[in-house]
Amino acid sequence: MAQNSERRGSAGMPDSVAPDFVSIRAVKLRHPWRWIIGVVLLLLVALVIIDAAQREAFDWPSVGKYMFDRRVSLAALTTLELTVSAMVIGIVLGIVLAVMRLSPNPILKSIAWFYLWIFRGTPVYVQLVFWGLIAVIYNTIDIGIPFQQPWVSWETKAALSAFALAIIGLALNEAAYMAEIVRAGLLAVDAGQDEAARALGMTWFQSMRRVIIPQSMRVIIPPTGNEVISMLKTTSLVTAVPFTLDLYTRTRDIAAETFNPIPLLIVASVWYLFFTSILMIGQFFLEKRFARGVGELGRIKIPSSRFAGAAVVNPPGPDPDSGEKR
Amino acid sequence: MTTPMVRAEGVVKRFGSNEVLKGITLTVNRGDVMCLVGPSGSGKSTFLRCINHLEVVNAGRLYVDDTLVGYREKGDKLYELHPRDAAAQRRDIGMVFQRFNLFPHMTALENVIEAPTLVKKIPKADAIARGKELLDRVGLSDRMNHYPAHLSGGQQQRVAIARALAMDPKLMLFDEPTSALDPELVGEVLDVMKALATSGMTMIVVTHEMGFAREVGDSLVFMDEGVVVESGDPRTVLAKPTHERTKAFLSKVL
Repeated sequence: MAQNSERRGSAGMPDSVAPDFVSIRAVKLRHPWRWIIGVVLLLLVALVIIDAAQREAFDWPSVGKYMFDRRVSLAALTTLELTVSAMVIGIVLGIVLAVMRLSPNPILKSIAWFYLWIFRGTPVYVQLVFWGLIAVIYNTIDIGIPFQQPWVSWETKAALSAFALAIIGLALNEAAYMAEIVRAGLLAVDAGQDEAARALGMTWFQSMRRVIIPQSMRVIIPPTGNEVISMLKTTSLVTAVPFTLDLYTRTRDIAAETFNPIPLLIVASVWYLFFTSILMIGQFFLEKRFARGVGELGRIKIPSSRFAGAAVVNPPGPDPDSGEKR
Repeated sequence: MTTPMVRAEGVVKRFGSNEVLKGITLTVNRGDVMCLVGPSGSGKSTFLRCINHLEVVNAGRLYVDDTLVGYREKGDKLYELHPRDAAAQRRDIGMVFQRFNLFPHMTALENVIEAPTLVKKIPKADAIARGKELLDRVGLSDRMNHYPAHLSGGQQQRVAIARALAMDPKLMLFDEPTSALDPELVGEVLDVMKALATSGMTMIVVTHEMGFAREVGDSLVFMDEGVVVESGDPRTVLAKPTHERTKAFLSKVL
């Protein structure tokens, strides 16, 4: 209604300005098939939901019972710990590898390339099995001068828990993928940006930190969000180490006792979905933060109190210190 | 009275086997405006970048304010500068680029105060006051909280000039500052540059704006294929070029 009256209002206006142009008021094209397909699909979805609610095999009462079972919620927490630890180490190592690949030093470049070749070229499951067998390959961890009596020595089996090995395995694999994401992000920033920063007297590090990296974040964050979500699900493979306290392995073990795997699979899925949903919300806000200066959202910056305050304290005028500084 | 601000002695720059600068010798006096003109690919921009050590010189010597650019001279040997010291040299030389190169994730004011606070460690409040003053000087005090994407090309270039001035440079380099602008926006940038020249700033301007060279320039250098073909007072060179190549070039741009 409001739209209608507005249209009529603006249609009346041109009478005085340009009498030849009357607003178009055409009969809208109908789309009957859109409606038919939409209704059919909605009916199908309703059918699936009603059927699922009644189907015995899903065993909904058990789903409810195990959803907040202490063992399950602890396993969910463990999965979260695995994800966060592996991602943090993976991102840091990924940045190091990306900078190595972009460095002018051919040896650093080749090492980074070789690392990527190994860790991207083999399945993460196989890598996790390898990490599980690390104690067999290297019985002790020694620190000291090579080929001499070590200063300190640990027994690998005691020093590295299955949990630690799971994190190492996931993180080292992740670093290879993060390295490529970070490298793409750094390369996406126009070369003129670094030049402008250098011309202003910034060092490589200053230019990286204040100019290049903030801009590359816009390119880096979306695929990194993908990686976090992917990592959350990849933690279900740590059973290869074998580490058994993560969400999937724990629910599978419980199911093995109850001989009722389906409701526990649903429990695990709901937890995974819950975590990925939260991660997606976080990603949305991060992307918004780094979109400054791009698109309509970043038209002008509302002066913060910090800026306004500074203006009051320091009216423009001769700087009393400037003589000393020069 | 004093030594020149910029002194180039047989500067050679190669990219692989391609010799872009084939021995450039020239001087720019303090407070002077030198206009560098010539066809594209003649090496003007490369020479400008050498002055700021964004490119490394292969032969010859370049002095800015009596300091050798990019190296330390000890006896008859040259030592490459540590990147930190090279960065310190660039602090006193302002540069304005053809494509502005403003930092898109910072507002106009943030662009201007970034280097003073980060590189010179000037207190933020002082930098902001000075930044506002500079933006006012280039006629953009009402745009200081805008991001570059929402400024016109001419406004962006004026912010870029303010950003360079915020470091209190003793020398300003302009690399075709109006070439990427729509024709109706060229004037506002040239006006800012004229005001800057009047204030006594030493400037080297690579440009195709012959009107600007005639009006503001203290000297004009015509470069072609990596050599200085002709130089002198802009009004004389533009009116009566002596060299054939200069004549041919000027007949196309004037």
